[in-house]
Amino acid sequence: MKIPFRPIALGLVVLLFSGVLLERAQAGGGHFFPPVADPLVREECGSCHLAFAPSMLPKSSWTRMMGDLKNHFGDDASIDTAKTERITRYLNANAADSGSQRNGSKFLRGVSMENGPLRITELPKWVSEHRGISPAEWKSKKVGSKANCVACHVDAERGYYDE
Amino acid sequence: MKTQKATTLLLAALLLPLGSYAASRDELLAQYALSAKAASPAFSGFSAARGEKLHVTKFAGGKAETPACTACHADSPRSAGRTPAGKSIEALAVSLTPARYTDPAKVEKWFKRNCNDVLGRECTPLEKGDWLSYMISQ
Ligand code: HEC
Ligand code: HEC
Ligand code: HEC
Repeated sequence: MKIPFRPIALGLVVLLFSGVLLERAQAGGGHFFPPVADPLVREECGSCHLAFAPSMLPKSSWTRMMGDLKNHFGDDASIDTAKTERITRYLNANAADSGSQRNGSKFLRGVSMENGPLRITELPKWVSEHRGISPAEWKSKKVGSKANCVACHVDAERGYYDE
Repeated sequence: MKTQKATTLLLAALLLPLGSYAASRDELLAQYALSAKAASPAFSGFSAARGEKLHVTKFAGGKAETPACTACHADSPRSAGRTPAGKSIEALAVSLTPARYTDPAKVEKWFKRNCNDVLGRECTPLEKGDWLSYMISQ
């Protein structure tokens, strides 16, 4: 009998590879935060900073933030009503407490879902993960702001925060 | 013969978007010119030199962190800029970012935000036309 080595080897490689991918998606039980997929949200919420992953805040946070874009952390981020409504719907559908966001809800441990904060950088889990970073590092030219996730997490645009 | 025709067609297809980009920018400039003329009958056209001055001048009326357009957009329109929250901004010069200033709603949205940040007021149609002319010339 002739053993078909090549197909078997190929199959093994494919298996291994998908195992690696799966591992990465679940790494450490929660480093993947699905990035914003909607082009409108990327355009309107991704020009001044990274388009933050909706699963990093609960619905109550997004709803409150979207209700006052004119006073958005000192900036005027306002847009027309139709766009505002569409973006609010998207953020809420993918929020930490939307049901489908396992990682988001871990990241939000100890946070009130009904009265969430406006800042990801104020979540207790975020604060504890970043305790080791010195004030000088936050102020450095490369970083400049806590909201500049990409300065340290080069893959943040793709949803990964594990480096 | 045939390849020549194909090349011409291909070239036309490639240039068409650039042509319509230019057309929509011209339309926007024409609108600013109408408003500028309405505001001042002495208006006699936009000036890229005045636009450059607006771009680099430090104003006192806006936010302390952003005294000039160059605070976020780099000193040169041909370089990439960066927002205070660290997001990089593509070069403003049309030669480098050909799709710029082709969506009037986007242009107006950012003029409103950014002029308020820098000057503490909205820009006039004359200022907008001058500034756009500068970026188109770059
Ligand atoms: C005109 C610029 C601008 C636009 C547009 C904008 N933002 Fe912001 N946003 C800011 C600034 C400035 C901050 C504060 C950043 C800092 O602390 O350094 C901020 C902060 C945030 C934060 C908190 C970050 C933290 O510290 O955890 C969230 C969340 C946020 N924005 C979401 C949004 C959403 C959603 C949209 C789209 C509807 C949006 N932003 C559009 C300028 C903008
Ligand atoms: C000055 C660099 C720096 C900035 C800016 C920064 N982080 Fe981090 N972040 C770190 C470090 C260091 C760690 C801890 C090391 C680790 O676990 O990978 C970390 C850990 C994390 C983790 C946990 C990852 C894990 O593997 O458990 C998340 C999620 C995270 N950051 C999200 C963010 C978000 C969102 C922002 C922007 C709002 C941000 N970070 C901004 C440096 C930074
Ligand atoms: C606080 C940071 C900041 C400052 C200061 C700033 N801009 Fe901008 N500007 C941006 C961002 C962010 C964008 C959107 C990203 C992009 O278009 O690449 C933008 C986009 C624009 C656009 C739209 C570009 C297009 O492609 O349609 C115009 C016009 C503009 N800016 C004009 C100005 C002028 C004029 C000034 C000075 C009076 C200025 N900006 C100062 C951040 C800034």
